[in-house]
Amino acid sequence: MNKKCNISYSTLLIAVLALLTTLLWIGNLFVGSVAIPAEEVINALTGEPCTKESWRYIIVESRIPQAITALLAGCSLAVAGLLLQTTFNNPLAGPSILGIDTGAALGVALVMLAGGSWIASSGISGFFATILGAFLGAVAVLAVILFFSTFVRNNLMLLIIGMMVGYLTSSLISLLNFFASANQVHAYTMWGMGNLGGVSLEQLPWYSAASVCGLLIAFLLAKPLNAMLLGARYAENLGVNIALTRNLLLLATGLLTATTTAFCGPITFIGLSVPHIARLLLRSSNHNTLLPVTMLCGAIVLLLCNMLSVLPGSHGIIPINAVTPLIGAPVIIYVIVNQKKINYFNG
Amino acid sequence: MKSAPVISAQHLDIGYHTGREGVKRVHTNLDIKLYPGELTCLLGANGAGKSTLLRTLSGAQPPLSGSVCINGRPLKEIDRHTLSQTIGVVLTDKTAIGGLTVREVVALGRQPHTGFFGILSAHDKHIVDEALNACGIADKGTRYMASLSDGERQKVMIAKALAQECPIVLLDEPTAFLDIVSRIEVMSLLHRIATEHHRAILLSTHDIEQALVLSDRLWLLSREKGLSSGVTEDLILSGCLDTLFPHSDIHFDPLHGSYYPTVHRHKSVTVVCHDETLLHWAINLLNRNGYGATLDNTSPSHTILRIESRNLIHWQEGATTTTLHSFEELVQQIQRQ
Repeated sequence: MNKKCNISYSTLLIAVLALLTTLLWIGNLFVGSVAIPAEEVINALTGEPCTKESWRYIIVESRIPQAITALLAGCSLAVAGLLLQTTFNNPLAGPSILGIDTGAALGVALVMLAGGSWIASSGISGFFATILGAFLGAVAVLAVILFFSTFVRNNLMLLIIGMMVGYLTSSLISLLNFFASANQVHAYTMWGMGNLGGVSLEQLPWYSAASVCGLLIAFLLAKPLNAMLLGARYAENLGVNIALTRNLLLLATGLLTATTTAFCGPITFIGLSVPHIARLLLRSSNHNTLLPVTMLCGAIVLLLCNMLSVLPGSHGIIPINAVTPLIGAPVIIYVIVNQKKINYFNG
Repeated sequence: MKSAPVISAQHLDIGYHTGREGVKRVHTNLDIKLYPGELTCLLGANGAGKSTLLRTLSGAQPPLSGSVCINGRPLKEIDRHTLSQTIGVVLTDKTAIGGLTVREVVALGRQPHTGFFGILSAHDKHIVDEALNACGIADKGTRYMASLSDGERQKVMIAKALAQECPIVLLDEPTAFLDIVSRIEVMSLLHRIATEHHRAILLSTHDIEQALVLSDRLWLLSREKGLSSGVTEDLILSGCLDTLFPHSDIHFDPLHGSYYPTVHRHKSVTVVCHDETLLHWAINLLNRNGYGATLDNTSPSHTILRIESRNLIHWQEGATTTTLHSFEELVQQIQRQ
């Protein structure tokens, strides 16, 4: 009978989170650096004429794509973090800590700083070059970490290797910055601050397709991911094709981290902290329910951060990376301090 | 009638490839037969190659030469999926399952039998229930793994292997780190599963006393002598266990089924006692204190120890007899000599 309770609890949780996500997503349309009255927002959404044409433009061309981006970026980064934590059997793994988004940043930097005028002059091909650069950079770092993980068994050591790889990549980016022109550096610095408004309405379908693709792969891997909680050798004994699963996880994590990083800049703390929020809420590590809960929590947290970032109103927008640690860092500290009491740490 | 072995191998070489072209042979020319319906214990010193042998037999590591056959079929020809339904393992690996319930972990054992998304059918759930029951943890189904004791966790992993419905189960030191009660429980459980469910169970262990009590067959593995196998009692009585650890300070006592440090006797005493238990512990005390014990009354030993009961002991040395009232007083008497 308890089993039934458990199912209904997770179903209930997913329903509540989905409702919250929807509300926050709608909420994102009503706030922004330009104050627009609520009824005008509704007018713009329902196609009624607005008092100012610029308001309609802001809602349709800026706030809707930004809200969709925040939703997808939250889902993507949180799920990428969860995949990394399960793959490495390490609850403190995450795209930022393991240097994967720095890898994506290096790819972007190579395209933006070393690519030169060719990129700047070519709109859509430059855009694809940026994404490809980010993807290759992220996957390259992930491959390096996976390579080390085959013989560095100690989780802490692996995290430190990830951080070192991240530093190496950062120093390469700094070198690229040093030799680039002032305009390129400015463009790159702006990108590096993280901006959920970076995806235009035309780019949105591409970004959505890549994210949904990555999320889909993650959901299809729920069964082997559960087996991998037992460790690679147990999973192999349960019939899991470890090499194939690892490669698919590499692909999914690369896709999720890289596209989000390419479009929005490196966004920290979502990948690391949201899977913990999800496990604490769900009280389970079972990926069948943990994946959707993590995804929804990621969307909620990033939508919330995006709303917080426009709080100053007409004074401008706080960079998103100044907001995410406010939620992420306390969660991680809480989890580390209480790890003896938290089930999934005591595996 | 003897069943055919489920795992067999002739002239098997096991070991590792180290770097380029390098090969470290742990054992050569092993002959192996593992029988269904029996609990087989693999004994050997640290570094004797127990884990390597288990990994080779489970297909996790290829043999250097020779081939392992499962039910007469070469292991390397068996596909991943079939193999996962044939051999179940219980390992000592670090896991991250603290946030799963007992039932969820046991249900992971159904993965080789479920579809792409791992949805459990009514039949699967029934098998999981049976596995939980067989391992005596049916009441703990909703508990988190993190809340269990080491012994309970090991039972869950065994239930997982049982739910996998494999005719062969290989366990790498399943009783390590367990207290005596859990060790006995786990070993009895494994013996019952082997017999009642007709599985071939092979486990490596350092717990020789339990192995000698519950194991149907022993595999003794040592660097020097390779693998010797046989029914437990045959091996004990043939003296094979005495040579398992080729160390002059250790000898096997076939009467008590245990290893003892070799006694360096420099004095001898004749012991007269009619109670087996009292006699055993009296000799234990004497040996520890550097005395050899003889039971022969007619020997010329001038010291005689007569033990009437735990509280009445006579130490007779030549003409003087000292009466002692506990083993503590006996120790003091010996140390006075």
